[in-house]
Amino acid sequence: MGEQVILEFKNITKRYPGTVALDDVTIDFRQGEVHALVGENGAGKSTLIKTCSGAVTPTSGEIIIDGKRFDKLSPALSQENGIAVIYQEFNLVNELSVAENVFLGCPIRKGVVPDMKRMEQETTKILKRFHMTMDPRSLVENLSIGYQQMVEITKAISKNAKILVMDEPTAPLTTAEVDILMGIIAQLKAEGVTIVYISHRLEEIFSISDRVSVLRDGQLIKTMNTAETNREELIKLMVGRELKETFPKRKENIYGEIVLEAKHLTGNGVKDISFHVRKGEILAFAGIMGAGRTELAQMIFGMARPESGEIIFKGEKVQPRSPAQAVDHGIALVPEDRKQQGAILELSVQDNITLAQLRRLSKLTVIDKQKEKSVAHEFRESLRIKTPTMTQEVNSLSGGNQQKVVLAKWLATEPDLIILDEPTRGIDVGAKHEIYMIMNELVENGKAIIMITSEMEELIGMADRMIVLCEGNMTAELTHEDFDKEKILHYASKTGGN
Amino acid sequence: MKNISIGTIAKKYGVFIVFIIEIVIFTCLSPTFFDFSNFTNILRQVSMIAIAGVGQTLVLLTGGIDLSIGSQITFGNVLCAYMMAKMGLDPILACTVVIVLTILIGYLNGAIITKTNMPPMIATIAMMSILRGIAYMISNGQSIIGFPESFRGLGQGFVGGVIPVPVIIMVGCLIVGWFILTKTYFGRYFFAIGGNETAAELSGIEVNRMKRLAYSICGLFVGIAGIIMLSRLNSGSPLTGKDFEFDVLTAVVLGGVSISGGRAKISSVIIGVLIIGVLTNGFVLLNVGEYPQLVVKGVVLLLAVGFDCLSRNRETQKIA
Repeated sequence: MGEQVILEFKNITKRYPGTVALDDVTIDFRQGEVHALVGENGAGKSTLIKTCSGAVTPTSGEIIIDGKRFDKLSPALSQENGIAVIYQEFNLVNELSVAENVFLGCPIRKGVVPDMKRMEQETTKILKRFHMTMDPRSLVENLSIGYQQMVEITKAISKNAKILVMDEPTAPLTTAEVDILMGIIAQLKAEGVTIVYISHRLEEIFSISDRVSVLRDGQLIKTMNTAETNREELIKLMVGRELKETFPKRKENIYGEIVLEAKHLTGNGVKDISFHVRKGEILAFAGIMGAGRTELAQMIFGMARPESGEIIFKGEKVQPRSPAQAVDHGIALVPEDRKQQGAILELSVQDNITLAQLRRLSKLTVIDKQKEKSVAHEFRESLRIKTPTMTQEVNSLSGGNQQKVVLAKWLATEPDLIILDEPTRGIDVGAKHEIYMIMNELVENGKAIIMITSEMEELIGMADRMIVLCEGNMTAELTHEDFDKEKILHYASKTGGN
Repeated sequence: MKNISIGTIAKKYGVFIVFIIEIVIFTCLSPTFFDFSNFTNILRQVSMIAIAGVGQTLVLLTGGIDLSIGSQITFGNVLCAYMMAKMGLDPILACTVVIVLTILIGYLNGAIITKTNMPPMIATIAMMSILRGIAYMISNGQSIIGFPESFRGLGQGFVGGVIPVPVIIMVGCLIVGWFILTKTYFGRYFFAIGGNETAAELSGIEVNRMKRLAYSICGLFVGIAGIIMLSRLNSGSPLTGKDFEFDVLTAVVLGGVSISGGRAKISSVIIGVLIIGVLTNGFVLLNVGEYPQLVVKGVVLLLAVGFDCLSRNRETQKIA
């Protein structure tokens, strides 16, 4: 790691009407370091990245790249100076090939026609250098999210990026893909590229970063050498207060009768899966992305129909044909993608909370506004949703509060079984903790929960029992005593039955 | 702290400002414009656009669009005229038949769209052509006249000697529309579907059923508008209702109903319809010919949709 500063922000302030997104932030990034940025949602990380990429013009302060001073950057200027940003949403054209995407906007030409062959060769060269295995001719839409991210990285490398900013790169990745990404980052670092790494996952930050900066409420709280700090200190700096345990303890588990039983379920990409979940229990579906966890949940929730096998819910054989029917049975599903599938961002907090049971709150099609209001308020209180008013549009809330609104929507239907698909993805530490507390309360009150999560710690910390899936097959059922990271990973990568 | 910029004012009150400017301009240019009888005249003229506009608004709200409403009116007019003049049917019975049929046509539109996942624009353009064809076939291309005297009152009569009957019906329809949007669960579902269809479906809303409902209700309002139009013209012609869908679309989008779904208010329908009504009326008073009017209407549609799309782009940027 060199000591030479390659990128520096000096007294950067960004004011929006009503808020200060960045408050006099001074921070430097050294050549060849992995510099992690952490902070809760709304701490200013995104604004800082956007200042880097030229999407945001700072109100005051200056940016120094390799000795050159700028008041502001434009996207073009940022690229020229060797900055590449990989956002959570990729900037790829799905219908084009890997090579075409890598050279999008600046293709290698032979005369006037693009020289596909050379572009493919160049792409292959970079892919090889970073030990990525991918056909440069395959279409981006056929790649998994992990590979799409590699295309983004390749694109940045092809443009000789000196500073690579990555916003939550591991959030959508499977454990195996994360390992590959870590390898790529190590290689980039060895080649002298500076990595600005934003993540909510502290585990990763400790494993790959050299330095870490904590942002809170738009201010830079502290920059530290990663080796000289620890998890507790980071969390404390991020939330500004002490958080006890990451995973709150549950009262003594008392399991009731079986709520849902699946017998030899096959279809929608999964094969012959049997399991049950009881009242007061959190059952987890473990496995890597593509293992069939979400697909299995979809069949239970009526989004897909099984080819064979049966679902027994509360002692009766059921086959929900649509989410509407599943809801009527008393099943709820909190989907993994909060913004696309969970919340309706343009509707108010209240409208979102009552949406799934609005019909039941209506008499002769007319909504009972009094009842609606009281339901919404009840769940705002019990889930501690932070919103100025109930008429606030959901898109103005933080990620954690949006997730709570989606949860509230489902809890309001008084379900017996709640399926939570990645319940804490992309939300900050404090909100995560609260979601865990809510889950605990739910099982204590006799609900059954099925949890799907890609975070190993969450899996081990929250589940009572888990079934492990791999490529659509169930490879193991583990009870709490058997929870062990190595074991779970082993079963998650094991094909075929037991 | 609230920071009010010119942009937000323009967005919030823009259409009202346009409306006022429009009135001031026509008052200056035409001595007969600012007059009570002219105002009731304008209201009577816009009543049909407003009534059909309520229907179109519900469809737009779910993220759809119905371009067949002009032809639904043509079809309804010709059929209703045929039943009354040629078959001697009682006007009330004839009107009921027509309204039931337009509801069914709306349902059919919705069914085609939800069963095939076809773009609503294509499905309803096809329907537009089909209905117009049927209208020509029924009428043989001729206007049909000779309705019972009682039928004229609907479009041409007055209540209390001053308020035109169509205006009363319009107000009734606007209230029903407002009620659907703000008081009923399915109205809320329309918002949810237009806002985020996937999330709505995953919330247990029967999205396809709701869409069919929206198109059917649209058919109901269009049927009512058509009958008023027939009574006003007192003749069932296969040319009636041509381009009517564009007038309706222009009016509601101009008022602030979003073309991409999820956002609508009845007040938007009212103000949009009034702006279009005053514009048309002013042009007539100033003797502007029909051809330049078409040009202006097209420009207004572009401006209205353009503004809606621009403000939507800006919003998505804010969220990202």
